[in-house]
Amino acid sequence: MYDFAIQTNELSRTFGDFTAVDRITFDVKQGEIFGFLGANGAGKTTAMKMLTGLLTPTSGEARVSGLDVFKEAEEIKQNIGYMSQKFSLYDDLTPEENIEFYGGVYGLKGQELNHKKEELIHSVGLEKFRKKLVRSLPLGWKQKLAFSISIIHNPKIVFLDEPTGGVDPVTRRQFWEKIYEVSNQGITVFVTTHYMDEAEYCDRVSIMVDGRIEALDSPDELKRTFNAKSIEEIFIQLARSAERGEE
Amino acid sequence: MNSFNGFVVKEFKQIFRDKRTLVVLFGMPIIMLILFGFAIRNEVKNVKIGVLDLSKDAVTRELTQKLASSEAFEFSVYLSTYDEVEEVFKAGEIKEIIVFEPNFSEKLTLEGIANVQVITDATDPNLSNIVQSYTGAIIRDYIQELNYQGTTLQQGIQPTIKMMYNPELKSVNLFVPGLIAVILMLISALMTSISITREKEMGNMEILLVSPLKPIHIIIGKVLPYLVLSVINVITILILAHFIFEVPFRGSYILFFIEAIIFILTALALGVFISSVANNQQTAMMVSLAGLLLPTVLLSGFIFPVESMPYPLQMVSHIIPAKWFLIVVRSIMLKGSGIEILWMETLILFGIALFFMALSMKKFNVRLQ
Repeated sequence: MYDFAIQTNELSRTFGDFTAVDRITFDVKQGEIFGFLGANGAGKTTAMKMLTGLLTPTSGEARVSGLDVFKEAEEIKQNIGYMSQKFSLYDDLTPEENIEFYGGVYGLKGQELNHKKEELIHSVGLEKFRKKLVRSLPLGWKQKLAFSISIIHNPKIVFLDEPTGGVDPVTRRQFWEKIYEVSNQGITVFVTTHYMDEAEYCDRVSIMVDGRIEALDSPDELKRTFNAKSIEEIFIQLARSAERGEE
Repeated sequence: MNSFNGFVVKEFKQIFRDKRTLVVLFGMPIIMLILFGFAIRNEVKNVKIGVLDLSKDAVTRELTQKLASSEAFEFSVYLSTYDEVEEVFKAGEIKEIIVFEPNFSEKLTLEGIANVQVITDATDPNLSNIVQSYTGAIIRDYIQELNYQGTTLQQGIQPTIKMMYNPELKSVNLFVPGLIAVILMLISALMTSISITREKEMGNMEILLVSPLKPIHIIIGKVLPYLVLSVINVITILILAHFIFEVPFRGSYILFFIEAIIFILTALALGVFISSVANNQQTAMMVSLAGLLLPTVLLSGFIFPVESMPYPLQMVSHIIPAKWFLIVVRSIMLKGSGIEILWMETLILFGIALFFMALSMKKFNVRLQ
């Protein structure tokens, strides 16, 4: 049971008569980098919100780090980190203050928090900017900092919702190096993205179309099954069958 | 608890770093108080008057003298005929003309009755009313004096008027309690709703909701700094009101602050409620201003007395927390009333506070589903 970081069974969410997520069933293995792909409006964000406790599922089952999303939502919160597509640091605070604040939110204090703060500042390379307001930092650095903060409490799983949106290729590359680093520490990474080249970096990817998961496997296997050269090809092939338009 | 403290510290840092917020928080109360205190007055000063004296005797001269020496009036012109009245008013400078009938003093001593006509420019009905009653008071005073001297006969019934609690009819005494309500509403409700929606807009709220922080901690953490700042504002207003405008404070400070805190909590709850409905700062601001500030100013009795509103509006005013708060604060400040008199209003205010707190908690939680 605990080999899986995330397990879902027929998980659904409806808003009125609109079924945003339609009976999805999938597992995410512990320690893997799981790419969660889909066009806009396919239901990715809704699915992710259910797994992180922001939304209650309408039906089905889901366990996150072995805990039931219906009954143990509070316990799940200690075990997960989350970084949203919206930029999520306070830009009128300094990097240090952001770290202190979010660290505090996750119950870090005193020595431990100070230690963590130093470590984090160094690992992101923010020594020069530690007393400057986050507002003045380049976007790439903000995102790296936001990512580092999302795992400040050593969660078992980290959810990244389009973490590299609007970032240049070099910074994206660096960001993925960071993801690998985190994954090597044993943290499961659940990531949604728009960039198909990034999908190739994942251990396994799923592709959502109209609220359902239409494909799920390692990038290589997927390419073999769909007889395609890249994930992008598969994605376009599947997305073309979609009936829903953009949100 | 540690995470909660961190939250409050962060909130204060953000408030103190944002210059615009600071100006609104601390500048506005002072500016509003000074504006209302100095500029917006119901009492009149130096209103120009004209006199058409058809009698020109000792009494009319003395009366004219009396009127002119009052602070309210400034004697401006003698008219010689009725025909000039219209002309003078059209010129606009003069707001009131007093006409003494011919043989004024003779009639007064012989018949005990003499007529004074008071003509006012009623384009500004408020002013016209006040001017009229001032004139009446001055003339009555004079007649009374004459009576003491035994020169005329006492005619009919003479009311003796005593204005209690605010004998000089200073409007600032009335405005200060209202202003406290408006400022608390503005700061507590508007500022919290804006600051919460800002977290939503920036995406911070999602992170907080995914974190182990409980929604109740988030709400209290957001609201507590504004509670503290609101109390500081109340103190500032009281000090200014006392030293600049000499507004009396006759009741108990403890009772006053308890009532103020109940009212602040209501406003904060409304702020939280608005932020759970509004998705961005603009909407939050519009809703707060139109939905809270306007009723607080117009329907609470702050400027317009509730008693003179049409019945449906009076009904509406009952659900406006500021109305009850105003009654309470005016009574405490001006009359020195205690809880034994104000318990009903306090209870209503408390009920409204509880209702909105429950509503906003519920709404805030629902949003998580």
